[in-house]
Amino acid sequence: MEWLTYLVTYRNEFLQGTILTLKLVGVGLLGGFGLGLIAALLRVYGGKVGRWIAIGYIELFRGTPLLVQLFLIYFGLPDMGITLERMTAAYIALTLNSGAYQAEYLRGAIQAIGSGQMMAARAVGMTRFQAIRHIILPQALRMVIPAWSNEPISLIKASAVAYLIAVPDLMNQAKIIAGKLYDPIGVYFAVAIIYLAIVFVVTWLLGLVERRVAIPGLELETQRTH
Amino acid sequence: MDKPILDIIEVAKIYGGNEILKSISLQVKEGDTVVLIGPSGTGKSTLLRCINLLTRIDRGRILLGDQEITAPAVNEDKVRQQIGMVFQDFLLFNHLTALDNVMIAPIRVKKMSKAAAREKALYELERVGLKDKAGNYPGQLSGGQKQRVAIARALAMDPRIMLFDEPTSALDPELIGEVLEVMRKLALEGMTMVCVTHEMGFAREVATNIVFMEKGLIVEQGSPDKMFNHPEFPRTREFLWKITELYGKHDQDKAAG
Amino acid sequence: MNEYLPFILGGIGVTLGVSLIALPMGFVLGLLLALVRIYGPRWARTIVGVYSTIMRGIPPIVLLFLLYFLMSGAINLSPFAAGSLALGIISSAYQLEILRGAFLSVSSGQMMAARAVGMTRIQAIRHILLPQALRIAIPPWSNEVANLIKDSSLVYALGVPEILRRAQTVSAATTEFFLAFGIAAMVYFLLVFFSNRMLDWVEQKTRIPAF
Repeated sequence: MEWLTYLVTYRNEFLQGTILTLKLVGVGLLGGFGLGLIAALLRVYGGKVGRWIAIGYIELFRGTPLLVQLFLIYFGLPDMGITLERMTAAYIALTLNSGAYQAEYLRGAIQAIGSGQMMAARAVGMTRFQAIRHIILPQALRMVIPAWSNEPISLIKASAVAYLIAVPDLMNQAKIIAGKLYDPIGVYFAVAIIYLAIVFVVTWLLGLVERRVAIPGLELETQRTH
Repeated sequence: MDKPILDIIEVAKIYGGNEILKSISLQVKEGDTVVLIGPSGTGKSTLLRCINLLTRIDRGRILLGDQEITAPAVNEDKVRQQIGMVFQDFLLFNHLTALDNVMIAPIRVKKMSKAAAREKALYELERVGLKDKAGNYPGQLSGGQKQRVAIARALAMDPRIMLFDEPTSALDPELIGEVLEVMRKLALEGMTMVCVTHEMGFAREVATNIVFMEKGLIVEQGSPDKMFNHPEFPRTREFLWKITELYGKHDQDKAAG
Repeated sequence: MNEYLPFILGGIGVTLGVSLIALPMGFVLGLLLALVRIYGPRWARTIVGVYSTIMRGIPPIVLLFLLYFLMSGAINLSPFAAGSLALGIISSAYQLEILRGAFLSVSSGQMMAARAVGMTRIQAIRHILLPQALRIAIPPWSNEVANLIKDSSLVYALGVPEILRRAQTVSAATTEFFLAFGIAAMVYFLLVFFSNRMLDWVEQKTRIPAF
């Protein structure tokens, strides 16, 4: 039961780590949403060129490990003359990674709404852009919620690899404390409990949101499992 | 009088405080075709499931031949091997061809050799007129064909008795005839059958015994002639009149003509 | 860089090795747990449910370290073996959920029909439900295979010389960081791509006609 005393003794370190982890996740989620929305719209409505750019981005970032993306951005980009702070690199990597997944959720929702809605909107005189803005997106954004609600959890778990570029997140605190105490099992156990608690709280919050905004019968299958 | 092959003695079944079957006693003799009729929700299908031990009874006993199949220590799987069952929604094994659907129980349950099971399955498919569809998957068969494969699947276990649970209710009208024809043939060949059905033409022509159930009880039973022409109870008369109006007018005409 | 390429590509064997140990292990464990979760006694179902929730609620990298230290405390294992086993255990929770979903989407009538022709519960599961559930599971399972290949990069942190670790070694030696990690990314991408295509093919091949 040492892990309990660790939680108490190192509460400040764990708290700071937790805050940093949540910052990583928050930025990744928001940035990823914006990027994902653009990619999804490009993929569905972007014409041939837009579609291929979107597919290229989505498939590349879904097809490679986040850790590799992180290294490429933090260690690799300086070769191209772009040197980034480790936090900035982590934010960018999580945004790009999450954006690819969120794009797929959004694309699923947009396509599920179907071309009929677009046709109907054009028929009442809306431009393509107006139709997307006022007809397609309001429906797609509500429809995507159940599938999308996996993403925050996935991102919390995925963000833990950022410690490998020495971002002082929760996992990094665990590593430092474990090294100090020579008790990796106890410390990683403690940090696992913290992650679990974060995941439970976020799941609970998402459940609340989902129930409030859900339209019964409008749901998508989930895709990402990790 | 012959000893019955199936003897149902004061059987009761309770679902969540509801007595679906109150006290059912029924005897079926070898070679009989018993048709169970009655309003929906009166426990006809439940009774069939009780006979096949897919549902456990709460009171009473059921005997198959000399064996009390509802006794505590009975091997249910052994019992079911002797009882064929045909379901309303066919329930063919989706991942298997018609032939494999019929073969799988003889192979896995009876440990028959593949060659023997194949021969047996082809024979049973021929009996239901579907030898040429042996290689088709369920998705490639019509509803009537699916149900005939399901009958062949049950027959392949050489059951002592066959149970039919509304075998034509899920079928388009034009496909009902082919299934009834197979059942009629089976009855004529001397198969012992208990059928839940609304097909009054079939009941009139083929049944040795029609049993009218309502609210978990047997109201009346007797030969088709007695049940259709001079039933004892007004409820029986009323129900048969309604059901004939609803489903069986043309069947009845056909049977009469 | 040319002289270092074979060294990085040599990591493919290690990455695939980790994946090919973890995947079947996670599958067997996941299948057993899925069966317990569906058909087991109430208490066992609860335990498996808790196992699944906990395992899927903790970052794989944290679990990897935890399991690695737990295992190396008990037996003497190489980082490669311990990492592979740990990833297999982690994957079992995800595969459990995939298989559970697949089993539950086979209609309950199939079990009844199998029992009605005299099969035991186990025979019905083995010959009727499992073949159908496995087919249904292929698309989500192919997603899990991709995840596992990507997660295999985590054993980098244990020092296992898989693709990423080798790319890092090379990047340090050549100071061509972008190129080295770029090659690693392309290799992962191709592994994921081909595993997806392969499983698409398996799905086509095993599809039930007209179902």
